[in-house]
Amino acid sequence: MLELHDGALNVPEILTRWYADESTSNYGAYIPFVGTVRDEDGIEGLSFDVYEPILNSWFNAWVAKAEPLGAILKMAHSRGDVLVHESSYIAAVFSPKRRVALETIEQFVEDFKASAPIWKYDLRAGKRLYARERSMAIAGAGLLGSDQ
Amino acid sequence: MVTIEFLGPIGRPNLTMEASTLRDVAEALKQDDEMAQWIDSCAVAVNDTLVASLDTLLSDGDKISLLPPVCGG
Repeated sequence: MLELHDGALNVPEILTRWYADESTSNYGAYIPFVGTVRDEDGIEGLSFDVYEPILNSWFNAWVAKAEPLGAILKMAHSRGDVLVHESSYIAAVFSPKRRVALETIEQFVEDFKASAPIWKYDLRAGKRLYARERSMAIAGAGLLGSDQ
Repeated sequence: MVTIEFLGPIGRPNLTMEASTLRDVAEALKQDDEMAQWIDSCAVAVNDTLVASLDTLLSDGDKISLLPPVCGG
């Protein structure tokens, strides 16, 4: 399940709903990761652009990867502005036993940071400034400038 | 004609051009001063699938997307 929300995530609602959805699915482990915007460097918040077609295919590939492990993935992300101390990202893994969920959540979140087509901007003085220095080029980037 | 879309912070309107391979698109964008700061850091998708070769064949109506460095979460 992949959810996109305009603005900040309602963390208690999402975590509770996901828990309820799987409460009789016989998963022994539910491991969520919640990303919250920190007050640092004078930002007012963050803002996000999302490219849904490739985000969906990236997420579906992870669902297929988790399935043979008996695990399922859920993810929620914000579009637009999210202010300091609000949350923009939740990922969660459900699995029969804890080890799969612990390992999968780490791999999933790390690949999310490196590959998911989402762009982050700092909000400062009402302006939206691309956080280029904190962004990562997707694997295979630079093709147009190469001879490949 | 193919359509080139510039995602996220590149912030440019779509561009249409004649191209038979991705190499044609690369050659055109290399001539574009506005793209100089992006071209070496963007990944490329054709019809929403990431590609790894400039020899990728293009057909009329294809969509080429340029994806600059990402930072979700």
